[in-house]
Amino acid sequence: MAKVKGAIVVDVQKCKGCGVCIPACPTSVINLANEVNGKGYHYAFMEKPDECIGCSNCAIVCPDGVITVYKLKL
Amino acid sequence: MAEITLEDIIKPENLVYKKTDLLTDKELSYCPGCGHGTAHRITMEVLEELGLEERTIGVAPVGCSVLAYEFMNIDMTQAAHGRAPAVATGIKRCWPDRIVFTYQGDGDLAAIGTAETIHACNRGEKIVIIFINNGIYGMTGGQMAPTTLPGMKSSTSPFGRDVETMGNPLKMTELVAQLPGTYFVSRQAVHSPAAVRRAKKAIKKAFENQRDNKPGLSFVEIVSNCNSGWKMTPIDANKWMEENMFPFFPLGDIKVDGQLVK
Repeated sequence: MAKVKGAIVVDVQKCKGCGVCIPACPTSVINLANEVNGKGYHYAFMEKPDECIGCSNCAIVCPDGVITVYKLKL
Repeated sequence: MAEITLEDIIKPENLVYKKTDLLTDKELSYCPGCGHGTAHRITMEVLEELGLEERTIGVAPVGCSVLAYEFMNIDMTQAAHGRAPAVATGIKRCWPDRIVFTYQGDGDLAAIGTAETIHACNRGEKIVIIFINNGIYGMTGGQMAPTTLPGMKSSTSPFGRDVETMGNPLKMTELVAQLPGTYFVSRQAVHSPAAVRRAKKAIKKAFENQRDNKPGLSFVEIVSNCNSGWKMTPIDANKWMEENMFPFFPLGDIKVDGQLVK
């Protein structure tokens, strides 16, 4: 079992769906949603939340700074 | 052991990363995937980490980042096209205790502002210049810039840049590194987590040099993408940048502590 559990919170209305966070994620947690936000962008979301390790890579590369990262040590 | 839910993880005490408060909550005006946003954020993170936000004055350019003063929550001013280093020189000479930086794109710094940039570097003004190079004029619709690569297509070079008639791309960073007035010169990128961390380190070094009153100007180039100008998706643009921009604009420090390192 993983020693850390992470989670991200995406500011859905500010996300522009560029997808730069997707290749940055080492555990392939993030994907773009089928739904769109108010601006018509497919926003990023946690597709596999169990895999998130809270490494912050997605938040570091996010051009719009819409990702907040949380990490819990077990 | 009980199942851990997202509510258990998403608590203020577990926070590891959030957007710095030195960026305003305004929505960035850049295209999706543009490197400007990341460059803004790491610049503001550095100022926050060094505790310099109260005495820093930024100079915004003309170009895509003309609205940088809307997004950076510090004292900012805005200069005429290309004249940011001249305005920054004036501010720094009037208030030597302030930290002064300019944030410029390649159309601003390498085209209309070449003279201001080179002379500010040559005079060794104690300012920081952050130079975003995406090889194109982004705001006006993807025209050829001085930094456009040979053979690269733009709206004013639809068959690719022909160096015979359109000249060669300008390597501003190598150029200013040759001048005795520069103290720290580096070229970085913001397309991947590792690159962002290295770029942040370079920007931090630049601001530390100014804080410590080191003799000379610190110049950090950030090679960035322009996915709308290059007509690519953000991820393809980043890949194209790695394959084409980096061989021509190699990343790394060029001048450290006043000594050329490569």
